[in-house]
Amino acid sequence: MTALAVRDLSKSFGGLRVTTNVNLAVEPGERRLIIGPNGAGKTTLFNLITGELRPDSGSIQLFGQDITGAATRKRAHLGMARTYQIITLFPRDTILRNAMLALLGLSPLRWNPWLPLHRQQHLLDEAHAALGRVGLDRIAERPLAETSYGEKRRVEIAMALAQNPKVLLLDEPFAGLSIDERRDVSRLLAAIPREVTIVMIEHDMDTALDLADRITLLHFGEVIVEGTRAEVVANPRTREVYLGE
Amino acid sequence: MIGRNLAIAAAIIALAAVPYAIREPYYVNVASQILLYAIFALGLNILVGYAGLVSLGHAGLFGVASYAVASLLAAGFGHTIAIVGALVVGLTFTAGFAALALRATGISFIMITLALGEILWGLAYRWISLTNGDNGINVSGRPKPFGIALTSANAFYDATLIIFLVAVAAVAIFVRSPFGATLCGTRDQPRRMNALGYHVWMIRFGAFMFSGLLTSVAGVLFVYYNEFISPQTLALTASAEALLMVISGGAGTLLGPIVGAALVVIMKNVVSAYVVRWNFMLGAIFVAIVIFMPEGLVPGAARLFRSAVRMMSRSKPVPVVERMS
Repeated sequence: MTALAVRDLSKSFGGLRVTTNVNLAVEPGERRLIIGPNGAGKTTLFNLITGELRPDSGSIQLFGQDITGAATRKRAHLGMARTYQIITLFPRDTILRNAMLALLGLSPLRWNPWLPLHRQQHLLDEAHAALGRVGLDRIAERPLAETSYGEKRRVEIAMALAQNPKVLLLDEPFAGLSIDERRDVSRLLAAIPREVTIVMIEHDMDTALDLADRITLLHFGEVIVEGTRAEVVANPRTREVYLGE
Repeated sequence: MIGRNLAIAAAIIALAAVPYAIREPYYVNVASQILLYAIFALGLNILVGYAGLVSLGHAGLFGVASYAVASLLAAGFGHTIAIVGALVVGLTFTAGFAALALRATGISFIMITLALGEILWGLAYRWISLTNGDNGINVSGRPKPFGIALTSANAFYDATLIIFLVAVAAVAIFVRSPFGATLCGTRDQPRRMNALGYHVWMIRFGAFMFSGLLTSVAGVLFVYYNEFISPQTLALTASAEALLMVISGGAGTLLGPIVGAALVVIMKNVVSAYVVRWNFMLGAIFVAIVIFMPEGLVPGAARLFRSAVRMMSRSKPVPVVERMS
């Protein structure tokens, strides 16, 4: 069964067509890279898939279940997690508490108004484990405001992974990182088990190409080319719209 | 942990000793007012401080609970029914407020709550058959819980103190709970909360109801304290005053609204006896707070204390050898 199936998805902002009849079929365990120039509609596509935007037409299925009309929070409970291109974390809290909020989101405990959160040992353990996966456990108690940009990026990934998603959407996980940090994040992503299907938007072709099984090239909201790494790179349309060669 | 428990115990004993220390019934009544307004401010702070939703209509909810007690008593019901009924009415109106206001956030939320508060004020003022209009409703007699008469200033203070302590404990527990953490999350990053699987609207609604419950409790205490209720209680200035208590003391802190309530009530009731233009003084104090402690008195004082401690420790000369190692 297809992990994530997008059929004939369209979205316009007024007269501007940002997504035009997009079709995607991502198989379970696949690493799909979505590339395209600025304004190609990559993040809009993510926002449609996660439900933060409503499509004008088309459908989205997660493991065969239609989620086109489902609320964003519902999709999280069905196993969809995402990171943001612009870091979207809780700046007043510690790294640990950020991770705990990610875990709490899928726990019935989130409605509890009387238990002390800092004494929920299983949540604490899981949060430490999630931070351990991205190498931040050592500084778990540090306030988020006192962490570097690269560390924040890793917190983003840790929070998504903490939810144990079936489908993980990564919106430019390498954006703004140094070469060393890129290598670290790249290793971290490569270590994610194949039970997790990954769809990733990325500008940094060198780093991202190594991770991808298949690549989709978007341009002006349309899928221009789709195929394996070799096919897409060899395709003349890719060179034309993206590589600019 | 033990130090903190001792501090809490000391604070409770000090609060219980207040009537014996000040003796004068007038000032004991002022102390009661501080406590009941502190409950109101604690309730408003749930929305303003922890949910990041500024309400300018809370005096409406406060007043509705007061009017409900007065009307039920006037209709011949007993105190128990009047109090329970007032809380039910208060929560019902809170749910209505929440359902309408939570369609928006930010400035729009403020404007909707302001409009709703003004509607209730207008109703209290004009629906004369129900509210007696400008003349207000007199309430004769306070309840006698467990046979203890609350007629004296001291007895009323003690009853208010018990309810106040329960309210503070409830807010303290709430803030540290998972739900409290998620509420702060919806304040700081609603979009992310939604993507993490939280029902942002429902979380805010729950917080609004808790806020409304505390506000209604304060409203019930107010009408028994004053033994009178008039439309003035629901006016916009009353909502603004409650908001000033929260902001001046420190929104999003446990002690801030209590300190803010004390500040405003003391200015209104004590300083006004000596200074004719006490409103001007209150304004000047708020301007000073905004300039020197924009985060509010409680967090501001904590910040000054910390930097003072740092200054003290820095001024100690450090031996060169020690510095080298």
